[in-house]
Parts: sequence; structure tokens; C-alpha cells
Amino acid sequence: MRAPGAAARVVFLKECRESLRDRRVLLNALLIGPLLGPLLFVVLLRLTVSRQLEQAVRPLPVAIVGAARAPNLVADLQQQGLQVLDGGGADPQQAVRSQRVALALRIPASYSADWRAGRPAQLEIFYDSSRRDTGPALQRLRAMLDSYAQRTAAMRLMVRGLAPTLTTPLLLAGRDQATARGRGALLFAMLPYFLIMSSLVGGMWLAIDSTAGERERASLEPLLINPVPRDRILLGKVLATCAFNFASLTLALLAFLVAGYFLPAAQMGVSFSFGPGVIGSILPVMMPLVLLIVVAQILVTAFARSTREAQTYLGLLQLLPIIPSVVLSLLPIHSRLWMYAVPLLGQQLSIMQLLRGEALAPGPTVLSALATLLLAAAAFWAARRNYETERLAISV
Amino acid sequence: MILAQDLYKSFGTLCAVGGVSFSAHDGQITGLLGANGAGKTTTLRMLYTLMRPDRGRILVDGLDATREPVAVRRRLGVLPDARGLYRRLTARENIAYFAALQGLSGALAAERIDQLIDLLGLQAIADRRTEGFSQGERLKTALARALVHDPRNVLLDEPTNGLDVMATRTLRDFLRSLRAQGRCVLLSTHVMQEVTALCDRIVIIAQGRVVADGTPDELRELSGQHSLEEAFIQLIGAATLEAPA
Repeated sequence: MRAPGAAARVVFLKECRESLRDRRVLLNALLIGPLLGPLLFVVLLRLTVSRQLEQAVRPLPVAIVGAARAPNLVADLQQQGLQVLDGGGADPQQAVRSQRVALALRIPASYSADWRAGRPAQLEIFYDSSRRDTGPALQRLRAMLDSYAQRTAAMRLMVRGLAPTLTTPLLLAGRDQATARGRGALLFAMLPYFLIMSSLVGGMWLAIDSTAGERERASLEPLLINPVPRDRILLGKVLATCAFNFASLTLALLAFLVAGYFLPAAQMGVSFSFGPGVIGSILPVMMPLVLLIVVAQILVTAFARSTREAQTYLGLLQLLPIIPSVVLSLLPIHSRLWMYAVPLLGQQLSIMQLLRGEALAPGPTVLSALATLLLAAAAFWAARRNYETERLAISV
Repeated sequence: MILAQDLYKSFGTLCAVGGVSFSAHDGQITGLLGANGAGKTTTLRMLYTLMRPDRGRILVDGLDATREPVAVRRRLGVLPDARGLYRRLTARENIAYFAALQGLSGALAAERIDQLIDLLGLQAIADRRTEGFSQGERLKTALARALVHDPRNVLLDEPTNGLDVMATRTLRDFLRSLRAQGRCVLLSTHVMQEVTALCDRIVIIAQGRVVADGTPDELRELSGQHSLEEAFIQLIGAATLEAPA
């Protein structure tokens, strides 16, 4: 008699051989799966960062009404990077409302008289806070005006023989304690998702083909007539899908390693470790999840009558891992032990920890792996039950 | 040797097979003849253990199909209605996959595969991928993989469906050679010429029940008709009339 695993091995080898000849599978497992995540990540991150940088260095366009009333002020503002727009016309309110300009500054007629008399001279800023870019631009304009006011105040005090420090009773210095979370924090919270995505895409076609595809091409019935228990056939298919999924994940990690060099980490003020050591630790963290993903995909697609139907089901399954990512990025909740017992969430937390350069605690790591494996086993049991049904083989 | 005793199978409220009994003997070609939807495929699926009968018993070479399905499958070579091949594998690889699943390996498997490729005239296409094969080429490949483990009993569901004249002729000759080797051959068909040309025994099925069972001569006698086709119409018509509405 044969060893019990022999049939599973036969199925595994055949699935691998067939898939290696399938351009669609190869494209997904070796190209799209591994590259999509890192590429998307780098592009998104660069876009965000360069946008922020540009905004800081770019001239700040502001429409000024009554510039002739305060030539010194306007000249100073221009030196600080302000660009005078003539779009303002006589009605700054209307100019901002109609979105012709983002910011407008009105210097009223009373300005020069107040200024010369040493009374507070009023200025009006017009802006629309519901526009996305208004916040930073408004802050910059205020900072410029503040700076001008401060310098003028200091000068006036010195003229009167007083120390300018009199008007500065407090000196503030901010010390940001958010270690590795810079401006790209949201994107970093998405990074584990990009990794999981490559794992989802990697074995997708194989999972679809393994049951729905075979049934559609009418090869499942002859296969199941062989004197082999059906769970062995299922096991062979799961292992083959795992192999492709795992290859895809490994390639994705290597791609991230390369992508790390193209990240504008310095400009972001974000320290982020993605060296070979981190990758070596992420792989074992992801292994139980790979198994769970594969079994879930095979379970779901086995219910589909055609590959098209199977694709629809998988599309929905694909959305599932976004949920913990979004939750983690929106709510900066502290990780609790129970979270590691939730498959997907546990792996995301562990990967984030590794990326921040922290060491993994053994307790949560083992808990996460066990919980995920348990769910994978349950999914395998369900898939096996489905495989034992009579209607599985029937193509119609 | 295949023995079917009083088989029943329902899908929901639909009774597909309602009391089928017959036997198929070694060294004979037995034909299950019936119109589309008469219950032939369901009967065969129960015989090759893909489905469990609701009632009744199946013995293959004396083994109970419900109790020992794996052992029974080892003794059966099956060409089901679904005969899809793996398009990205060559004909030889398709056959070798099933050989491996049957537990054959190494030189024995290679020898057996070569033998079947010769017997079925597949030499020219054996190492081509099956994508783009003609119906006849596909059937031969499916037949080779069904017989790779040298089974004593051969079940074929509508084997000549979609074949041209030449391919049909080759297939018939091949089935006769299986009979000559002393195997038990059981095929289903709705084509009258098929049974006339091939079968030693005919089991006529209508509405899930056996309405007649015998040699072609016996059936002609039973119905009082000269041609087998007339006999078939007569017997099926009788079954339709008898069946409770």
C-alpha cells in the first residue's frame, strides 16, 4: 500500500506543473501579486511627501487688497515667500468664495493712520476653511504676519529703551514623542495590508482553478473517480496554492526591501526599518496567515459553479483584510493581547511592530499564530465537508 | 462483473432512478439504452461510486460499492459524461497523472502508458498539449487515462457522443478488443445503432426503471417487432403508459 500522503503529493506536483505553464497564474503569482503592493506603496508615499514638501517651499499666493497702503508690510511678506496675486480685485470676499484665490488679505484705509499712531492696525484675512489646502496655507500666512509683528514690536521697544524680551514671558519648545510615526503614519498603517494583498493575489488563480475551474472544464468528475480519498486531493490543491502564495509573498517582501531605498524617509522624518532582518521575521509571522488565506479561498471558490462566480466571491474576500488596516490607521488604539487572537489583526500588529524596529514579544506572537492556524483548520474542515458532498463533482 | 440490485436515487422531489436492477457480465458488452433523462447517467454514477444510492445494492466483482468505494473504484475504468482533460498538460502527462493517482509509478506506469498510446493510436499526439485536440483525440486520451490501471470492468457514459464516423468505428473496435480480453464492458447510450453494432446484452431504461433486459434477439421477440428500433419504441411506450402520472 502507498503512504497516505502519496496521493496529495501527486496532486501537488501536477497542480504546480500545470500552473507553471499558465501565464495567468504566473503573472499573478510572480508579477502582479508581489509588485502591486510595493509599487502602490512607494508611489502613494512619494506623492504625499512631495506634496507636503512642495507646499512648504512653494511661494504662497495671496490676493492683497490695498497693498499700496502698506508697502513695507507687503515687501516683507514677499521676502518671506508670499506671492502677490492681482486676482483679488476690490472684493476679496467674492474672490475667495468663487475659488479664484485661496487666500486674500485686505489692508483697510485706516491702516496707515493706526500704524503711525502706534495703535493696533487691523488686517483682514479671507479664507474658506472647507477647502483642503486652506489649513497649511493659512498657517503660513499667519506665521509670516506674526513674524512681521514680532519684529516691529521688538523694534518699538528698543526705540523706547526697553528689552524686547519683556514681551516674551514664555518660550515654547515642542518635543514630539511620536517615535517612528511621522507624516506618513497613515500609509505605514496600510503597509501590512499591501503585504497581505500580495499574498491574496498570489495564489488566487490557482484557488479558483482548483475546484471551480476543474468543474467548469469537466475534469473534476474523472479526477474524483480515482481511488483516492477526496481530502487527499483537497490537501494537494491547498499545498500547491500555498506554494504559489508563499512565492508571491517572498517576492513582495524582496520588492519592499528594494522599495525601501526609494522611499523619501529622510524628508518624512520617519525612521522605518525594512532590512533583511525584518523581512526574515515577517515571513514566519505571515506563514499561518498564508495557510488561512489559501484554505479560505479554496473553501469559497469550491462553492462557485463557474470561475466567473468564483472571482466574484474572491473579490469580496479580498476586501476583508482592509478592515483591520483602516481601523488601525484611524484609531490609534493601543494594542491589547486579545487583538493578537484575531487573525489578520494580529499579523498586522506584529508587522507594524517589526517595521518600527521593535522586537516581538513571544506571548502575543504565539497566540496570533495559534489563533490563525485554528481558524485555518476550521476552514479546512469546512472545505473537506464540501468536498465530500455528491454535488461537488457534477459539472452542470 | 457488475451487479445492480433495486437501485433508487432521488434529487429532492425528483426521482431519477426508481428501482433499477441488472447485471453486466465479464466478456460481454452490456448496453444501457434509454432516452435522454431516463436515468442512465445517474445509474452509472452510482455504479462508479460518485453517488450513493438511496436504496439498493451494487456489487463489483463481489465488492459492495457503498461499503468499499475505494476498492471498487480500483476495479473500475470509467469514462464519465464529463471527460475534461488538463489543457496545459500533454496527453501523456494527463494519462500519467491518473496512473499516479491509481498508485502506479515508475517503469510499470511508463510501460502501461506506452501500451495504451500504441493501442489507441495516440503516438503522433502523445507529447502535445491537449489544448486544441479534436473530439476524437480527446476521447482517446480520456479513455487511455480511464484504463491505465488495467481495470477488469469498464464503464462508459455515451462514449460515441460527438464523434465522427471514423472515430466511432475505431472506438467500437477498441471496445470489442476489451470484450475479447474478458473484461466486463458497460456503456450507456441513446443511439440505437450503437447497441445493435456492439452489445451482447441490452438493458432498456425509461423513467428511472428497467423496462426490458435481454439479448437483442430476445428483445425483438418480447416486443413482437422485427427491428430493434421498433422494439425500443414499443417497450418505452409501454413504460410511459404504465407509469403513474
